[in-house]
Order: sequence, then C-alpha cells, then structure tokens
Amino acid sequence: MKKTFDNNPSIDQEELHREQLVEEMERTRYSRIWRQIKKDWPIYLMLIPVILYFFFFRYRPIGGIMVAFKNYDDYAISVGQSDFYGLYAFKYIMFGPFAERFWQAFRNTFTISMYGLIFGFPVPIVLALMFSEIRNEKYRSITQIISYLPKFISTVVITSIIALMLTSGNIVQAPGILNAVLVKFGVVEPGVAMLSKPEYFRSIYIISNIWEGAGYGSIVYFAAIMAISPTNYEAAKMDGASKLAQIRYVTLPGMAPTLTIMLILRIGEILSVGYEKIILLTGNSGAEIRSTAEVISTYVLSIGGLTTGSSQPNFAAAADLFNSVIAMFLVIGANFISRRVSDTSLF
Amino acid sequence: MKRLDKSELIFKILSYTLITAFVLTTLYPFIYGISMAISGKLAIELGRVSLWPVDIQLDAVKALLVGARAKSFWLAYTNTLFYTFYGTIFSIVISIFAAYALSRPRLLFKRQISFLIVFTMWFSAGLIPTYLNYRELGINNRWGIIYAFGVQAFNILLLRNYFNGISKEIEEAAIVDGANEFQVLGNIYLPMSKSALATVTLFYALNRWNGYFWNMKLVSENEHPLQVILQRITDAATDSDAISNAIYSEYSIAYAAIILSIIPIIIVYPYLQKYFARGVNVGGVKE
Repeated sequence: MKKTFDNNPSIDQEELHREQLVEEMERTRYSRIWRQIKKDWPIYLMLIPVILYFFFFRYRPIGGIMVAFKNYDDYAISVGQSDFYGLYAFKYIMFGPFAERFWQAFRNTFTISMYGLIFGFPVPIVLALMFSEIRNEKYRSITQIISYLPKFISTVVITSIIALMLTSGNIVQAPGILNAVLVKFGVVEPGVAMLSKPEYFRSIYIISNIWEGAGYGSIVYFAAIMAISPTNYEAAKMDGASKLAQIRYVTLPGMAPTLTIMLILRIGEILSVGYEKIILLTGNSGAEIRSTAEVISTYVLSIGGLTTGSSQPNFAAAADLFNSVIAMFLVIGANFISRRVSDTSLF
Repeated sequence: MKRLDKSELIFKILSYTLITAFVLTTLYPFIYGISMAISGKLAIELGRVSLWPVDIQLDAVKALLVGARAKSFWLAYTNTLFYTFYGTIFSIVISIFAAYALSRPRLLFKRQISFLIVFTMWFSAGLIPTYLNYRELGINNRWGIIYAFGVQAFNILLLRNYFNGISKEIEEAAIVDGANEFQVLGNIYLPMSKSALATVTLFYALNRWNGYFWNMKLVSENEHPLQVILQRITDAATDSDAISNAIYSEYSIAYAAIILSIIPIIIVYPYLQKYFARGVNVGGVKE
C-alpha cells in the first residue's frame, strides 16, 4: 500500500496540502484562543489560584488511590517504589481473615445512617411546622435563632459536653448530670461508662445529632411553609378542616417538593458517615465499642494508622475506595432523580 | 366552628410549649457549662450543680486565664486566631476571584473549569490518599494548614450564582468608562453582594475555627489549635482514674475551656446568624 502512495505524486501532494490546511486551521484556532486570553488576561489571572488549589489538594491525591492496588504497608516507603498487588488488598479486606471487621463497619455505616434518617429526618419538619404556628414575630425569631446555635459550635465542643455529661464519675467525683438523670430513671445502671458500651453508642450519636442539627435543618422547611398562600388555609377552614386536616391537606402538599428533594439528597448520603464525631466520641472507649460505632471512615483511619499505631495504608485505601465509589453513585443518582422530580438539585 | 378553633388552639399551645422546651434544651448545656466552670470543687464532686452555680469559686477560670494552665491554653487560642484570620482571608480571596471569573460569559472553557470544581463535591480521593498527599507536599506547619484547607467548591458556586444574578447594565456602563476587570469586581460586584460574601466568609471562618482532625494530625504540638487542646482537657477530666489535688475541679477547667472557646462565636452570632440562615436558601435547595 505504502509503495503505491509513494509512486503516486498527485495523491501525495493532495495529502500534504490537506495536512497543511488542517495545521493552518489549528494554528489560527490556537492563536484565536490565545488572542482572546491575552485580551481578557485579568479573568484568567484570577483563575490561577483556584486552579492551583484544586490541582494540588483535590486532584493530586486522586493519583494516591494507586496505593490500594499496591503492596504499600508503610508510610516510610515511597508509593512509586512499592510493587503492584492488583486487587489483593480488596480481596484481603473483604474475604481475608479480618473480613468480618470490614463488613461490620460497612453494616454500621448503613445502620447509623438509617437510624439517623428514620429518627432525625422528621424532627426538623415538625419543628418548622411548630415555628410557623408561632405568630408572635419576636418570640419566633428569637427561638429560631437559638435553635440554629449548635450548628455554629465545633464537634469537639459538642462531644466534650457529651463526654462530660455522661461520665460515670469515680470514688470522689459524682457522675455527669445526664448520667445521673438516666440512672435516676432507671435507663442505665449506676457506674456504667456509657461511651464505652456498644449498646448506647447509636442513641448517643443520633440524639446528639438531632440536638445539633434540627434547628438548622428546619430553615428550609420553614421557608417552604411560609411560601404557602394563606388563602389555601382559609379555603380549608371554610370546608371545616381541623388543624390536623389543614396540615395534612394544605401544609404537607405545599412543602412536598422540598420534602422530596431533602429526602432524596439525604438518601444519597447514606454511605457517607463522617469520622470526626465518632473518633471524638469513642477515642477512649476501647475496641469493644467498634461493634456498633465503627463505620467505614473510622475503619479506614484506624487500619490506615491515622488513629492507631498499626498501619496498613493499602488495605485502608482499598476500603475507602470501595465505599466512596458506591457513595458517589448514590449521590449522583440522588441528584439526578431530584433534578428530574423538581428541577432542583444540589449542584 | 367551635371545634375548629379548639383543634387550632391545641396545636398552637402545643407548638409554643414544645418550641420553648426545645430552645431550653438547646441552651441548657451552655448555661450548665458556665455554672460548672464557676462552681466550688466540693459542690461539683458531690454532684450538686444542676443549673445555677453553687458555692461560686473562680479558681479554675483563673488557672486557665492567668495561672498554671494559661500558657498552653493561650498558645492554642492564638493558634486558632491565626488559622481563622489568615485562613479565612486566603479562602475568601481565592473564592471571590474564582467565582467572578466563572461568572464572566466570555470566559473560555467555562463549562470544563466549572465541572472540574463541581466534580470534587461528588468524589474525593479518600482519606489515605489525602493524607499521603499532605505528607508528600510537606503540609506540617501553620501556613501549610492555611493553604491545604483553602477552598470549598460549594462556596465558589454559591458566590458565582450570586454574581450571575447581578445585572450587567451597571457593569457595561463602567466598562464604557474604561474600568478594568479588577475595578468592576471591586467597585461593582463586591459592594453589591455583601450578604453572599458575609455568608461565605462565615462558612470559611467557622470551618477554620472549628477545625480539628487534620490540624491535630499534621502540625506539631505547639501549633495545635484550641479544639485539639480542648479535647485533651476533656479527656483528662473524664478519665475515671483521675483524682485531682488542685483546689479547683478538673470539670471546671474543662467547662471553662469550652465556654471560653465559644465566646467569640456567641458574640458574633446574633449579627451573623441571618447570613447563616440565608446561606441555606441561596446555596442549598433553591426553589
């Protein structure tokens, strides 16, 4: 084939010409882009810091995912020097001798999220309904402002207060106030360190999350309720609807779009349970607490050696990747559905 | 008609009662914390403090502010002020420039750049690769923390959406008068988006003030922020084997540290809370 081309000068020339033309077009295209950049240089200059930031701190780490596929078991060695191990780390954590711990963390992530959803999701809605009943503007705005306050407070302060209030005390020190109240009501045996007992962890975690976030969470629903026209309520009243019926047939349908989106987005986050609050709550609890408290993110930190001495970075990275890929599809899926349902989404 | 009024009345009474109860529950730990910080050691050991201070004793607060505990506490406090002040400036400047550039209609590759920023909201490399990255880049001091935790995609988008909503007419007039991009941004966009800027600044500042895990993990002891020290103080106080010989209770120290760490937030809170609430509606779910 090549030979025939060589022997045929006309085709050759045509080819050459076309190449030149394409090159010429490319060049003008680049030079046009270049000219435009030069003309608008300030806006491109403004983009440099953000591009550098995202490159170094958001995209550069993605290359580090390679450790999940390597024999990388010590931070002292460089990632480049360690050998490829294929899917060994994934197989090991999921089916190896310690697989039970991984699956336990996976189950716990799901369970904590589900409980958080079942008990935590309705509270801000009810709160918003009740806020909307308070007609005294001043009292309402003061109570609303106070209810957002915990969202401003750091996780460390919140977990510190929890730890201090739940301590069982010792020979000279009386137990923390919450512990004392719970003992009084017979919920807890005296002298039990609740933060070390697996059976209490989920309740502590979820109740404190509700305390922390319900007020803030109610803002969105409150705005939705306020957007409902008062004439709808009047019409319902004319028809003889009781307050409950009004809520059922006017308020809830009126806030349905918001409710749907929030629920979908919340479900999208079901595998994303943060580590900070859990490691703070269970820092002194011993290994026993893991049976209910260890989620994927804290498991990753623990076997990755960031919260414990022993480190297996490749196993940790494998577990993390497994979880975050599923989580990503859940989040994207949730956003996709929410956009379909109501033309609104988080991004 | 009477029955209707009754059901409405019941719901109203219920609402007032439960809202009041909820608000009291929210406030209780803070009031109780202040009381514990200034109550007498014996009263605390006997568990006699439940709401108001008992046998007022200020030794713990003094120890923390000027006494034996003051040095490490103030060091941590100044560290936190450093992280919050420089960190917020760093983050907000980058975000403003990015949001402004992305709101320009004639920016080339706008969709691609936006996508690269939004993508980080869906997928992050994970904890171990992130940690490796910090190690490789040598993030191990206070300035490193400032750079490494710079910018959040969400805040850039929030600002960009706000900038997009600003009418282009004034801007065009300014450009006819010979204003350059920096002047348009500084003299038109920034003054017109004060509330969005306040919201984003607040988000960044809170993040910096409350930052814990990576601060603890990456920098050395004398650069640790308040949150790390706070955690250590609480750990010491709740250690069930600990019996203190000091004239104050360790619980008072812990509660005093907690209260002192949130005082700046409580002071600015009444002025800034409206931006916080607005941020939800601007950036989150938009109707």
